[in-house]
Amino acid sequence: MAQSHLVRTFLRPHARPLGFAAALQVLQAAGNLYLPILNAHIVDHGVVQGDVGYIGRTGALMLGINVVLCVASLISVRLSSWVATAVGADLRAAVHDRVRSFSVVELNRFGVASLTTRSVNDVQQVQVFAQAALSLLVISIVTALGAVVLAVRQGPRLSPLLIVTLAAVLVLAGWVMVRLLPMFRSVQVRTDGLNQVLREQIAGVRVARAFLRTGTEQARFERANAGITDAQLRAGRVFALVTPLILVIANLSSVGVLWFGGRLVADGTMPIGSLTAFLLYILQILLYVVIGVTVLTLLPRAVASMHRIQEVLDTVPAVADPAEPVEPEAVTGAVAFRNVTFGYAGSERPVLDDLTLAFPPGRTTAILGGTGSGKTTLLNLVPRFLAATAGDVLVNGVGVDEQAAERLRAGIGLVPQTAYLFAGTVADNLRFGRPEATEAELWRALETAQARDFVAALPGQLEARVERGGVNLSGGQRQRLSIARALVRRPSLYLFDDCFSALDAATDARLRAALSTETGDATVVIATQRAGTVMAADQIVVLDGGSVAGIGTHPQLLADCPTYQQIIASQLEWGAAA
Amino acid sequence: MSESRDVVERTDVVDTVVQTDTPEPAEQTDTPDTPDATEQTDARRPVLPRLLVLLRPERARLIAVGALTVFSVGLLVVGPWLLGQATDVVFNGVIGKQLPAGQSKAEAVAALRAAGHGHLADMLAGMAVRPGVGVDTGRLGRLLLLAIGAYLLSAAFGWAQGRILTGVAQRTMFRLRAQTEEKLTRLPLRHFDTHPHGDILSRVVNDVDNVDTTLQETLNQLPSSVLTVLTTLGIMFWISPILATASLVTIPVVMAVASVLAGKSKARFEAQWEQTGRLTSMVEESYTGQALILAYGRGEQVAEEFGQENRKLRRAGYSAQLLSGAIFPAVVLVGNLNSVVVAALGGYQVATGAISLGAVQAFIQYSQRFTSPVIQSAGQMNVLQSGIVSAGRIFEFLDAQEEPVLPAGGVAQGLDERRDEHQDDRGGGHRVRLENVRFRYEPDTPLIEDFTLEAAPGRTVAIVGPTGAGKTTLVNLLVRFYEIDSGRILLDGVDYRELSRDQVRRCFGMVLQDTWLFHGSIRDNIGYGREGAGDDEILAAARAAHVDDFVRTLPEGYDTILEGDASNVSSGQKQLLTIARAFLADPGILILDEATSNVDTRTEAMIQEAMTRLRSGRTSFVIAHRLSTIHTADTIVVMDAGRVVEQGSHDELLEREGFYHELYHSQFAETLVS
Repeated sequence: MAQSHLVRTFLRPHARPLGFAAALQVLQAAGNLYLPILNAHIVDHGVVQGDVGYIGRTGALMLGINVVLCVASLISVRLSSWVATAVGADLRAAVHDRVRSFSVVELNRFGVASLTTRSVNDVQQVQVFAQAALSLLVISIVTALGAVVLAVRQGPRLSPLLIVTLAAVLVLAGWVMVRLLPMFRSVQVRTDGLNQVLREQIAGVRVARAFLRTGTEQARFERANAGITDAQLRAGRVFALVTPLILVIANLSSVGVLWFGGRLVADGTMPIGSLTAFLLYILQILLYVVIGVTVLTLLPRAVASMHRIQEVLDTVPAVADPAEPVEPEAVTGAVAFRNVTFGYAGSERPVLDDLTLAFPPGRTTAILGGTGSGKTTLLNLVPRFLAATAGDVLVNGVGVDEQAAERLRAGIGLVPQTAYLFAGTVADNLRFGRPEATEAELWRALETAQARDFVAALPGQLEARVERGGVNLSGGQRQRLSIARALVRRPSLYLFDDCFSALDAATDARLRAALSTETGDATVVIATQRAGTVMAADQIVVLDGGSVAGIGTHPQLLADCPTYQQIIASQLEWGAAA
Repeated sequence: MSESRDVVERTDVVDTVVQTDTPEPAEQTDTPDTPDATEQTDARRPVLPRLLVLLRPERARLIAVGALTVFSVGLLVVGPWLLGQATDVVFNGVIGKQLPAGQSKAEAVAALRAAGHGHLADMLAGMAVRPGVGVDTGRLGRLLLLAIGAYLLSAAFGWAQGRILTGVAQRTMFRLRAQTEEKLTRLPLRHFDTHPHGDILSRVVNDVDNVDTTLQETLNQLPSSVLTVLTTLGIMFWISPILATASLVTIPVVMAVASVLAGKSKARFEAQWEQTGRLTSMVEESYTGQALILAYGRGEQVAEEFGQENRKLRRAGYSAQLLSGAIFPAVVLVGNLNSVVVAALGGYQVATGAISLGAVQAFIQYSQRFTSPVIQSAGQMNVLQSGIVSAGRIFEFLDAQEEPVLPAGGVAQGLDERRDEHQDDRGGGHRVRLENVRFRYEPDTPLIEDFTLEAAPGRTVAIVGPTGAGKTTLVNLLVRFYEIDSGRILLDGVDYRELSRDQVRRCFGMVLQDTWLFHGSIRDNIGYGREGAGDDEILAAARAAHVDDFVRTLPEGYDTILEGDASNVSSGQKQLLTIARAFLADPGILILDEATSNVDTRTEAMIQEAMTRLRSGRTSFVIAHRLSTIHTADTIVVMDAGRVVEQGSHDELLEREGFYHELYHSQFAETLVS
């Protein structure tokens, strides 16, 4: 099982405290087993001989042993908590590290929600199991085994009974495991389902209310609710059997011992003291077997979670740094595509097909195309968020796959399609790419991004709070701040990915006018669907279905590119406006 | 949804919301993860009684469970007593066999005493020995059969109890989830716009889950633990009052130790869960902003911040575990001390003949069975604490302020009559009139002020204006997602306030920029427009919206399941689907948001054509981004900063050379130049 590998990897660094905890647990087990022996001695030597002094001395000894055991137990709980929480923290860090290396492809494959659950909740499940297992498993196994040995020594003739009992418990534990594992998977899957319905409902609350479909939504929720209830019920019914069955096994074996043992005692083949000792050992074995089984009932959930964690850790990102990165001679921001093709694994048609393009420094290149034309993919190839399937993408004259990703990206100001802001202040967000930027620089970037006025009106201005994702700002405000963030960085290459969509045309026009003076010698690439945005560009690339349908300036394309003409006509409705 | 915030030039809505309303529970949920939020709940309304109220429908079953628990525990407690008797039978037999037959017990005791074995004689005197007679196998068998019967019955009762309780817990959770869902439908839009969606989600999913676990565990074990403690104690007193008193001494110690540790660990668990929440938010944020973090070279910094939070969580978890982990050894120690006392004192008593060996053995068994439920209860207190924290969060959500209740539509009939009067030559559609409407999200930030607008039946009103002008807020008010502060809105001459929300909304259909589709078939997604629509109607709507063409190219056709985020259809197709939905709904008034991003030319043309067709014969409000819409609109309403600055037809407005003139030229300047 792949999971056991995961366990080994993460436990190995803690071998020393683990070994110490195990040793302490063995000591506890020994104490657990020795105490009944002392108890028997009190009866045999003290009670039967009428030696009150002996009773007192042995009692004091038992007391001392108990205190030692308690201290040992405290230390071992401490150690196993330490290791379990360390394993949890290490797992979280490992998952987080791995995800940080993911490219867009892997990130989308899992989804942010699932990765978040895996990083925190799934690790929590594993940690809970580790905590229980580390603090209880060794002590329960050693005590149970020791008690078996001692019991057999007391009454060898009764060992078949012991074997039957243990076999029954093991069969029961195995059965529970086998039954519960798929049940917990189903609980997990249905929890995901409930999550999905709720997520959709909260996001679509306006639609549901406008179309008076709250009733439908309630029915949908009820189905998901019934599904999860049903799955939980089935698992719960199995659980309801476990405790009574274990008690039956435990108690029936005590009855068996008294019946068979009683006859052995009557025959004189077994001393009466052995019979009572045997009974105590049986109780002890079963007590620790119960503890062990309880720990094991946590296992199915932990295994399911470990599997989900392992999936993340096993995912190798498609994009990795070269072994010997090449440093470009000059950072001009020039970008070139040479016969670049990009396709997702397993898909029939490439997203980008044999593109050869050049985005020169100091110029603005607009990439115009509809959904699915490959604009975002094209932009993602430049900072190497995606790796080209064939051909070369060159930035500053060097292939992006030959450069260290961090160095490459340091020269790029990216403004993605969805404007995302981080929790913090406006200034924190603006300084995201250049922590040392001065306030004057921030204001200047805001000015260019047409965001100065609204930031100035915020309470606290640059120090105003931004909620996670920027949810306390409007879509247009977010886009403008996200543009300002790129400007603060003063990169040699700007990538604007359709990031003016939430702005009204007037703001859009003002912003682009201001931008052109601000970007100076830098290379500017704007991907867009708006015809109005592209017309002033030095170069327009018309993308259609992953191929270039035309390159040139607005008048050139208007003259000889049918796709371009079509787009312009449909979006601006020149005929109607005239 | 994001567009809805378009208007809201604000940084912290929540703050002000709190100031406006009386301190409603809803408004306090803005900082759900802080401990004071839960503290407030605790102070406001105790959680535990409310949990019990939740269990009320299960009364009958809980009573049955109570009875089963009594039987199960009673029988389980009888077991060791029977086994003790059986031990005595064996012991008596062994001793009896060693004594010469024919001798009476008194003679045997006297003989032992004479031989100088005083204590043995004492012990023998306390036993039911028949000299010369061996183990009474018949009696032994009968006792053991009884014990087997008791154990099996007890297990059967225990199983029945567990099974019923599982049902009780799950059904209760089902109802609790249903309550939260129902709550969702009654919450005002304001709640959704001002609370993080993840928090609402987490309360309904994670907190309910946690309460479920708590309920299941405590219901199952707490009563039987308590009952076991009490009955065991009773039997212990019955067997030996002296030994029982001796063991009782340790109980207060156990209780004190457990409660001190549990109390302390509660605070530490709270800290742990709080830190878990913080880390979750952080992780979610860094994964969402992954591309930016990579692009801006912030990887190292994010890793470092994560490392700090991760270490904090680890420390919080460790210190919580440490305390709760200490409960077990501490209570076991006290329990063990108890058995030492019992063993020593019991041994002494057997030696003096005050008690039989079997009785001591039974007593030791009982006292072991007595400490373990005490230990268990201590552990359950821990679980209970965490469950109560979660239940508090759920109740807080259930207590959130709801939409005010409105008339249930008494004037519906009148509405239809008046509607007929207003039908004009354009046919279809309702008349909508806003009079001096005033609305603010926050009381001290003016938004919509003194807004007056009339839309005649069948006419198209184009709404234009810069970002933040209040266009989306207007939609919110028209569909009655928010109630206006003053002024009035008339639907065919009837004040909104005389109508129920459903009556108002029944007249409206919306195609928003933010296309919302759910995980389900294309057919169901279109059918969402009108409850009970037939397949042919859905097909007709799909044809009208140009959906039919692309659906037919899909292998599964109308049965194609849209993925969770509808990633298997393009954004243009999504928009067409929502248009089809509006066609199916066939409303008298339409609200269209034209903003078109991410749509290719061909689809764009289809959307435009479909929207135009959809508008015919209906009163339409269009948040306009297209020239064609502006040109063909009957009225253009120019909004800026929440007011209507200009109103009129395209030509009229251009002539006026005002705000619209400026807007129009800046918007299409480049077009005109080229």
